[in-house]
Amino acid sequence: MFDIVAFIPRAIGQSVPLLFGCTGEILTEKSGNLNLGIPGVMYVGGISGVIGAFFYEQACAGGDMNGFLAIMIPLLCSLTGSLIMGLIYCLLTVTLRANQNVTGLAMTTFGVGIGNFFGGSLIKLSGADVPSIALSRTSGFYSRALPFASKMGWFGKIFLSYGFLCYAAFLIAIVAAIVLFKTRKGLHLRAVGENPSTADAAGINVGRYKYFATCIGCMIAGLGGLYYVMDYASGVWSNDAFGDRGWLAIALVIFSIWNPLIGIFASILFGGLYIVYLYIPTGMDYMEFKELYKMIPYVVTLFVLVLTSMRNKKENQPPASLGLSFFREER
Amino acid sequence: MNKKEPLFHIVKRDVLPWYKSWGIRAIAIVVALIVCGIITTITTGLNPFKVYGAFIQGAFGSGRKVWITMQNMSVLLIISLALTPAFKMRFWNIGGEGQVLVGALATAACMITLGDKIPNALLILIMTVSAILAGSIWGLIPAIFKAKWNTNETLSTLMMNYIATQLVAFFTIVWEVPKGSFTVGIINQSTNAGWLPQLFGSKYLLPIVIALLTTVSMFVYLKYSKHGYEISVVGESEKTAKYVGMKTEKIIIRTMLLSGGLCGVAGLILVGGINHTITTTINSGQGFTAVMVSWLAKFNPITMIFTSFLIIFLERGAGEISTNFGLNQSFADILTGIILFFIIGCEFFISYRIVLRKKGDK
Repeated sequence: MFDIVAFIPRAIGQSVPLLFGCTGEILTEKSGNLNLGIPGVMYVGGISGVIGAFFYEQACAGGDMNGFLAIMIPLLCSLTGSLIMGLIYCLLTVTLRANQNVTGLAMTTFGVGIGNFFGGSLIKLSGADVPSIALSRTSGFYSRALPFASKMGWFGKIFLSYGFLCYAAFLIAIVAAIVLFKTRKGLHLRAVGENPSTADAAGINVGRYKYFATCIGCMIAGLGGLYYVMDYASGVWSNDAFGDRGWLAIALVIFSIWNPLIGIFASILFGGLYIVYLYIPTGMDYMEFKELYKMIPYVVTLFVLVLTSMRNKKENQPPASLGLSFFREER
Repeated sequence: MNKKEPLFHIVKRDVLPWYKSWGIRAIAIVVALIVCGIITTITTGLNPFKVYGAFIQGAFGSGRKVWITMQNMSVLLIISLALTPAFKMRFWNIGGEGQVLVGALATAACMITLGDKIPNALLILIMTVSAILAGSIWGLIPAIFKAKWNTNETLSTLMMNYIATQLVAFFTIVWEVPKGSFTVGIINQSTNAGWLPQLFGSKYLLPIVIALLTTVSMFVYLKYSKHGYEISVVGESEKTAKYVGMKTEKIIIRTMLLSGGLCGVAGLILVGGINHTITTTINSGQGFTAVMVSWLAKFNPITMIFTSFLIIFLERGAGEISTNFGLNQSFADILTGIILFFIIGCEFFISYRIVLRKKGDK
């Protein structure tokens, strides 16, 4: 009854945007910046890619699309869009030392607004009757699976049937973990997040580390938005479709206790939890319980958050200076 | 060590006189409006002055619009006031959204299950008590975690929001009318049971009165009461508070009970006084907006009247241009975002000043 071969690819498809968001936010938080703007950044990443793809598809409406350009244009647009968001956040919180919570929330308002506004405008431009735009041709390039996936039965379905961004998500998470925990740069970054004054005294440029970590983090998170539109939703952008995945990604950071490797498994778990309600046979009479199942990821996260603070193990704690601005002259 | 002295350095200012700091903020808002105008013209090709005109139209265009502006402002103001004592304690309560939602849920539950079974006055009393209770419990849970195990409150209150949203989604389907519509519809439409009373024949006045009363009491509570003093000591330094013998755990829990309870009142007004229905989006993100309102006002309840006005003005105005010029509603969010960025950024110039390197200075 429960088709696990069909379930796993769907769960992984759900988990990829979360994993991008989570890896990006872990890098950001490790530098001591609590970026609550991630949901907005992911929207901007998504819509920037959509804008790029939209105009490229328009440009070659009759002719063939170059596969390389069809992938690179949305990708670069998406990265640029989220980079700009990262720069705004850093300018305000690092250079101007504004409160991170307030800045992050403003970024989320702004980013979601950008996504829905430009999404709405493009929908109008394309003159469609439905409130969405379909970029199926671009999506075709993004979601192209490995060529031999269909020949390998269940193994192919579970491991090989995804577009390249999915593998990129896992790769980026692994690279992020190696950089954070095995390199000198990662050590410095963690020092900045734990105690910026000490890091500063040790000759680390705190501001530069915060800028780089946050901007790279935003670019990674933005890819989550791009993946969602181009691959998971097969190129269909409709307003607010991305939903609360950005917040879920922030929850995931806690759940994976600031470790991108745990983030990989946790995101698959969350991706599964996000859609498990579809597979629980409640029938039409008990629709309401599906809403309770959707609560599970948040309850579990809260539980993990409390548990890690109760056990009070040094390595499982949030970075000590998380959420605080650093002012060199103020000790 | 022959590093050059940097071109400028940054010094913390003494407290600026109020007119200077508000001057800086006013400049920031003006610059933000100019930027918004430019962006409006670029993206939509409209004359920015017409757009500003429409802004004012949207907020004050007619008597009814003024009332709605005031009513929305009151709700936002109450939520902002609710979050303020927690913020003063450096307890980042991002959970206003959830606390308002459970308050709204409790109100709706009373209206649906008890409507027409008991006298209306008693019903409203029960509604009020249960809304406050529900909000308090939602605030209490993260407070206990924080007090006992120092759990990061920004993250735990954030999670509580989504738990509340799903709880409301669950009950929306339980109570849905008609079946399968996923909406509750207007509760007790025929009997008006549990609808909050109108003051002087105006349905808009009650939230405004409650908001004003709350503002004054919150101002007095924070400034002149012993509790208010304790809150600011814990906010400044938890160690100091412990050293002088304050029970910080008790203060955190007490303050969050107050914070959550007041959010519950906002939920009561939203369901019982304004919408007479419940949806997961009834609060439309005001729990988050309130964080910005409270912070912009530097946690001063009186100033919050102005900041909440600013935000609602923007929202209503941008809503108006969206409908007038056939723009998408989200344009409001973009403009609000830009203006917030400028106000957030300008705070730097209020607390710090930049000193340029003097020539010949070694």
